Amino acid sequence: MICVVLIADLFISDENRVVTFWLSIASLLITGWALVASAPEARTLVFDGSYVSDALSQILKLAACGMVGVGFWYARDYLRQNQLLKGEFYLLGLFGLLGMMIMISANSLLTMYLGLETLSLSLYALVAFDRNSAVAAEAAMKYFVLGAIASGAFLYGISWVYGVTGSLQFDAIAAAVQGGEANGMPLWFGMAFMIAGIAFKFGAVPFHSWLPDVYQGARSPITLYIASAPKLAALALLLRILVDGLGDLHEVWQGMIMVLAVLSLLIGNIVAIAQTNIKRMLGYSAIAHVGFILLAVFTGTDDGYAAALFYTLTYVVMAAGAFGMIILLSRNGFEAENLADFKGLNARSPWFAMMMLFFMFGMAGVPPWVGFIAKLNAISAVLDAGFPGLAILMVVASVIGAYYYLRVIWYMYFEGAEDRSVFQANIDTRVILSLNGLAVLILGIMPGWLLAVCIDAIARTY
Amino acid sequence: MGMMQNILSLLIWLPVFGGIAVLLMGDAGDSTSSKAGNMRWLALVISLATFVLSLVLYGSFDTTTAAMQFVEKTSWIGALNVEYYLGVDGISAPLILLTTFITPLVIIAGWETIKVRPAQYFAAFLILEGLMIGVFSALDGVLFYVLWEAMLVPMFLIIGIWGGERRVYATLKFFLYTFLGSVLMLVAFIYLYNKTGSFNFFAFMEVPLTLKEQQLIFIAFLLAFAVKVPMWPVHTWLPDAHVEAPTGGSVVLAAIMLKMGGYGFIRLSLPMVPDGSEYFAGLMIALSLIAVVYIGFVALMQTDMKKLIAYSSIAHMGFVTLGFFLLWSVSSGSGAELGITGGMVQMISHGLVSGAMFLCVGVLYDRVHSREIGDYGGVANTMPTFAAFMVLFAMANAGLPGTSGFVGEFMVIIASFKANFWFAFFAASTLILGAAYTLWMVKRVIYGEVTNQHVAKLTDLHRREFIVLGVLAIAVLLVGLWPAPLVDMMSVTVRELVVQISQSKLTGI
Repeated sequence: MICVVLIADLFISDENRVVTFWLSIASLLITGWALVASAPEARTLVFDGSYVSDALSQILKLAACGMVGVGFWYARDYLRQNQLLKGEFYLLGLFGLLGMMIMISANSLLTMYLGLETLSLSLYALVAFDRNSAVAAEAAMKYFVLGAIASGAFLYGISWVYGVTGSLQFDAIAAAVQGGEANGMPLWFGMAFMIAGIAFKFGAVPFHSWLPDVYQGARSPITLYIASAPKLAALALLLRILVDGLGDLHEVWQGMIMVLAVLSLLIGNIVAIAQTNIKRMLGYSAIAHVGFILLAVFTGTDDGYAAALFYTLTYVVMAAGAFGMIILLSRNGFEAENLADFKGLNARSPWFAMMMLFFMFGMAGVPPWVGFIAKLNAISAVLDAGFPGLAILMVVASVIGAYYYLRVIWYMYFEGAEDRSVFQANIDTRVILSLNGLAVLILGIMPGWLLAVCIDAIARTY
Repeated sequence: MGMMQNILSLLIWLPVFGGIAVLLMGDAGDSTSSKAGNMRWLALVISLATFVLSLVLYGSFDTTTAAMQFVEKTSWIGALNVEYYLGVDGISAPLILLTTFITPLVIIAGWETIKVRPAQYFAAFLILEGLMIGVFSALDGVLFYVLWEAMLVPMFLIIGIWGGERRVYATLKFFLYTFLGSVLMLVAFIYLYNKTGSFNFFAFMEVPLTLKEQQLIFIAFLLAFAVKVPMWPVHTWLPDAHVEAPTGGSVVLAAIMLKMGGYGFIRLSLPMVPDGSEYFAGLMIALSLIAVVYIGFVALMQTDMKKLIAYSSIAHMGFVTLGFFLLWSVSSGSGAELGITGGMVQMISHGLVSGAMFLCVGVLYDRVHSREIGDYGGVANTMPTFAAFMVLFAMANAGLPGTSGFVGEFMVIIASFKANFWFAFFAASTLILGAAYTLWMVKRVIYGEVTNQHVAKLTDLHRREFIVLGVLAIAVLLVGLWPAPLVDMMSVTVRELVVQISQSKLTGI
């Protein structure tokens, strides 16, 4: 489909660029349908064992398609106003999605790396998409250089693991580890490098320095894209490598993940308080949320993995909505990236102020929005695994984090409006943003089905 | 009939959806438009309908059993074994009645005074009412917690949007303080869930726990409820929140939200961790007495009327927590029941009286735009009807026999006398202190010569204000002169509760 879109775009002039948009949406819908229609009952290996299709991959791929579609939709009007509506945006977005799908379904370290690089290269190009923005170019350079180093580290780790276990496929690696012959310092060494690469992708401390700059520097729709769907792929990266491949080394990687998680939780929440740029603030908040996800994975239990999956899925929905709101408030030449731009939103548009309130309280973990259920799950998994101290840390970190989300609501509701311009988004974008907001509330009140799906997916996969 | 079975759900969701309807109806951006007028009537009708429903609940309430009534139980989040489990007994039913009684009064009080986005104001109160009724009827941990925290959201907005000058500081402090306290309660719930396999309150009450576990869980609950009550020393959010909140917000905060803390102690701490409660009973009694005496003195020094009433609230709630934790100090059985019943009655009475006092201050503030005692004096000369009401409520606050304030305080003092002379001595000091700060404030504001030109121009009560204060006055006198129906509602439940608490839950050494 990507090739079709690529060719078609050559023949479409700038005015009709919206056709590219619709083609992209169509291709996403077809992909989604194909995923559902061809879903195999059991775990299926294809391409000589390097590609797997199981319940986990189904869910993540469907979610990735959906979030990329939402991202495209929010982006369209913004790009048009800012004269950025080029076909390349959709192409790069779709290539990135391809990378994500490869990562999600990878059963071999090399396939995983292939998907990772496809995604990363697409993202580097997307960050630099606005040729006239120096900030974007700087962010892209940082992302590219740091990403290249991280990918190099990841590859280095892969080479060690391959050397020790003799295979690149997760099944074979797991067998080798179980056999006992491979277990030892060299394997752990390789694993540590791989975890460093994974942590970079997630944005976990101390591999997070690219994240705030990239979130701030890239244009808002691109930040939305980076903030939402790739998190799903990163989760797949984490689960596939650490659980599929190195599951028996759980005691070894547990400590590493815990350190990353606790640092992310603390630093993400505390530094976010100091931010005045909302994109940067959401970047640090993403780091904090990653801390939660990592803690859920660190438990090593099925409950923990299901909790991580649920958390990632719901976080991605909320992040898309929050960035969608930033896009809504922006217009030609003006990027609504400062917290102060949200002042008085309740007076300008009570409905969208309420939507932003939903996203903010959702991320803070306040009931009845879905963020609370996600946190409840994660805390429950951690407590059940026998770490009450960590559970208390998680809740205290949530309270610290609540402050900067409350600040946004404070600006929207308690301050007067300084900027009274009209929103430049079409009605369809507004409808989808509203549905996004309502989804956060409704998922919070009725989370049962999604929880069951996640638990079932993990159970069937492991 | 079918409706009776689901009356609790109706009581919760009618105000919530009613609030959403009010919100959607809107006020067309102008508080004086006819659309706004219709919206106000809709809000009032919904709140009155909820009150009538609660009267129906009261009418069908069986006072002879301690079991949960009007129970509704369905699976909500199957994956976590969370149920939508509602039920009321003699402890929750009076609190629900209090909630539905106060809300229409608050709506009437805000009729004209709220000029900025009134639709959001009334919607917030209605949704808040539904959530509060939910907290009082929830019997499942996650349901309870969700409603408990969700309550903070409308109140956060109410204080922040329609409050006074320092409203942002006050509302952020309110939200973060109570949120921090409550999350530890969540951790305790999850711990108990991992032990019992469900979030059912009754499962929590029955599971045996070691003393260490009980102590830790009690501390977790304590932090959540002590902040809500509020107890000394985690009370500092309350004076700020009350002072900066709009009148309606202060009323709901004082009358109902503070009771949540007391309800939490009696519904969760006492039955679920009785040995932990016994272990810390001395601490609780000490903190309560500090609240009564020390905060009483602090109230004496206030010059801002709302702050004075806020500190008075803390002192009165000290009585409530004192009554609840006397069980283990009392030698004879009836003393414990008396203490808990006294605490419950005090909660209801305080809800009525402090709500009334905040409304009185609101009446004055609407006219003069000042809460400072120094800006008043001789109000009785220009507002005689109002003065009569204010003096009545002040007397009730001080605990005058015949008013509702006396009944609860008297019960708790007798119970504490049965426990320990010194407990009663310090508790009874409230009779003096309460009279001191309340009556001194009244004297400076209401009586004397008219020295302030603002006071000289005051007009007496409007019809709306008269209705609100009148209804509250009747309620205060009714509970004060004839508390039997109220006490009857709770007596069997309290007796069962005392029996339950007295049984140790330890798993052995």
